[in-house]
Amino acid sequence: MFNSLKKSPSIKSQDAANGKKGQLADSTGSSHIIELIDICKSYGDTKVLDDITFYIRNNEFITLLGPSGCGKTTTLRILAGFEQPDSGSVTFEDNDLLVVPPYLRKVNTVFQRYALFPHLDVKDNIAFGLKLQKLPASEIASRVDQALKMVDLKGYENRWVDQLSGGQMQRIAIARAIVNKPQVLLLDEPLGALDLKMRKEMQIELKQMQQSLGITFVYVTHDQEEALTMSDTIIVMKQGRIQQIGTPTDIYNEPRNAFVADFIGESNILPGRMTQDFEVDFCGHSFVCVDPRFEQEEVDVVIRPEDIQIVSSEGKALRGVVSSIVFKGVHYEMNVDTDNFSFMVHSTDPVDPGTTVGLHFDPDEIHVMAKSDFSPDRILTISDHENDEISHEEVTW
Amino acid sequence: MRMQKLAAPYIIWMAVFTIAPLLLVAFYAFSAYDAAGNLYFTLQGFRSIFSTESTVALDFLGLSSIWHVDLQVPIYINVFAKSLSLALVSTLICLVAGYPAAYILAQRSKAKKGSSFLLFLFVLPMWMNALLRTYAWLALLEPNGIINSFIGIFGLGPVQFLYNDFGIGLGMVYNYLPFMVLPIHSVLLKIDRSVVEAAEDLGANKKQTFLKVIFPLSLPGIFSGINMVFMPAMTTFLIPDLLGGGRYLLIGNAIERQFMVSRDYTVGSALSILLLVFVLASMRVLTKYEEDNAGGGVLG
Repeated sequence: MFNSLKKSPSIKSQDAANGKKGQLADSTGSSHIIELIDICKSYGDTKVLDDITFYIRNNEFITLLGPSGCGKTTTLRILAGFEQPDSGSVTFEDNDLLVVPPYLRKVNTVFQRYALFPHLDVKDNIAFGLKLQKLPASEIASRVDQALKMVDLKGYENRWVDQLSGGQMQRIAIARAIVNKPQVLLLDEPLGALDLKMRKEMQIELKQMQQSLGITFVYVTHDQEEALTMSDTIIVMKQGRIQQIGTPTDIYNEPRNAFVADFIGESNILPGRMTQDFEVDFCGHSFVCVDPRFEQEEVDVVIRPEDIQIVSSEGKALRGVVSSIVFKGVHYEMNVDTDNFSFMVHSTDPVDPGTTVGLHFDPDEIHVMAKSDFSPDRILTISDHENDEISHEEVTW
Repeated sequence: MRMQKLAAPYIIWMAVFTIAPLLLVAFYAFSAYDAAGNLYFTLQGFRSIFSTESTVALDFLGLSSIWHVDLQVPIYINVFAKSLSLALVSTLICLVAGYPAAYILAQRSKAKKGSSFLLFLFVLPMWMNALLRTYAWLALLEPNGIINSFIGIFGLGPVQFLYNDFGIGLGMVYNYLPFMVLPIHSVLLKIDRSVVEAAEDLGANKKQTFLKVIFPLSLPGIFSGINMVFMPAMTTFLIPDLLGGGRYLLIGNAIERQFMVSRDYTVGSALSILLLVFVLASMRVLTKYEEDNAGGGVLG
């Protein structure tokens, strides 16, 4: 894909002259602070990263999203310098990043389990990086003060790390990283250990912090809701491969394959067949849709549960029986069994189980995708793979 | 309650074999038999420890060439000073030699590079009897032993290895080195890799990471290593007895001789009590220092 863009000084200088940074094509023309090209990495026989190529724009909030073992943390560790890829290149402002040791990189990391220094108090934890830069004591003091204010923990300067709650430790870990004014902040599932309420609060705070500091955030998470809430760009990963790159809206509304559709939000994924543009057959019926036809006739069809309307069964092509109903707070979740498929439907109006109903969806609510390894009828072979990778991640960490 | 009952065998064991003998030693230290064979209370044991005088060339840490003083010193104080200096030097050598070994072992364990065999080699000598191992050194170091015979081929020697500070120091370092390596190794092993990575991430190079993070976090291991080497080195009688050829008096041998040769239980027990108090006091100082350093107390 990027073979035409071979690394050579002439291309680089040309790009610089045009005021456009980086080698990877970008429709917005904004500058790329980091570019990863064809990154591969294996541990033994397990391929953890397979041809990872993406760029990070300046000052964006980018999220690597995927289940455990998908390679997102490894990607982040390559950016931090704790891992070296087997092949591929990483550039930071057009300079080779892979030759730079971790301690000289202009990035800082917020670690999954905080990794605070247990032998130092809060103040010295935050000042760690500043002291290494040999800054004057007065500047260190004022910047530590500022950082503590930012994470709302003023007055905790002399606490020991083990006297803090999980949420406080996480804030200190963030303060310790941002106090160094890094160009890029790497966050490795920073909210994973917090309870739900605290997590929601921190999500908003982190997003605000990113906007007010003007720092590029690279965020790793397996929580799709977190990714949708905070990100400018989401990179969905699975089995060491990038499945889709896009804005939260793109990823949710236009998933590229069954994995993305299934991982991001709830979805009904059905096997379908497309023989002409804007018409797709599934469940024994033909539906009008908004997608042109693909190379192959066999396709996957995604319909989000909230996009399905329950209507009177009279005269509807697609009919089914309500088999279960669960109250979810904002809405009811119902299963409607048709002859071929059991649809999940979200609706604010409950329908008694056993009722025969009709199902209706508008053409633009039917999303058609090309078949992939993740299509429901091919899914068995994948879960075999998945086990290898999960056990592997436990070993390496 | 039931769990407490399970501790009963150990408590009985402690009472019979640790506390009772200790009380017995304390009792002997303050009592003696008169001519009629009756026990009476006395401080004579302690008095004679501090009054038996001898002229000694003060040779602390082998500095006699630059700093030479002849002193009238109670003989046991001299023996005590000798034991203390040898124990301190041996502990220091164990620390300087043991820390890098522990560090490399821990690095290899973390990287899963077959450290278990190395560790096995370290622990292996501890499976053999200390007496046997020390006898082996005798065979090596004797005037016509293996090493002297070997360097004799090149027209060197014979070198006097035994019956001096060198021989005894070597015996102590050899015997107690594993006790320094193991606690440091286990503390280093427990240091979370992400803490080390955090240091690098915040701009510390390898040397700074070691000095500012790894070393301070390994202090508990160093303290317990020092404890475990210093205490036996201070009290040993086997090593000076064998490698000192019976001519070399350290506090351990002095006590042994009071019991086994002079049969003076009063002086022997008084010496034991003094040694015990000294060792306990130095341990206390060390643990105090360790607590002050641990700060939040999360180390361990």
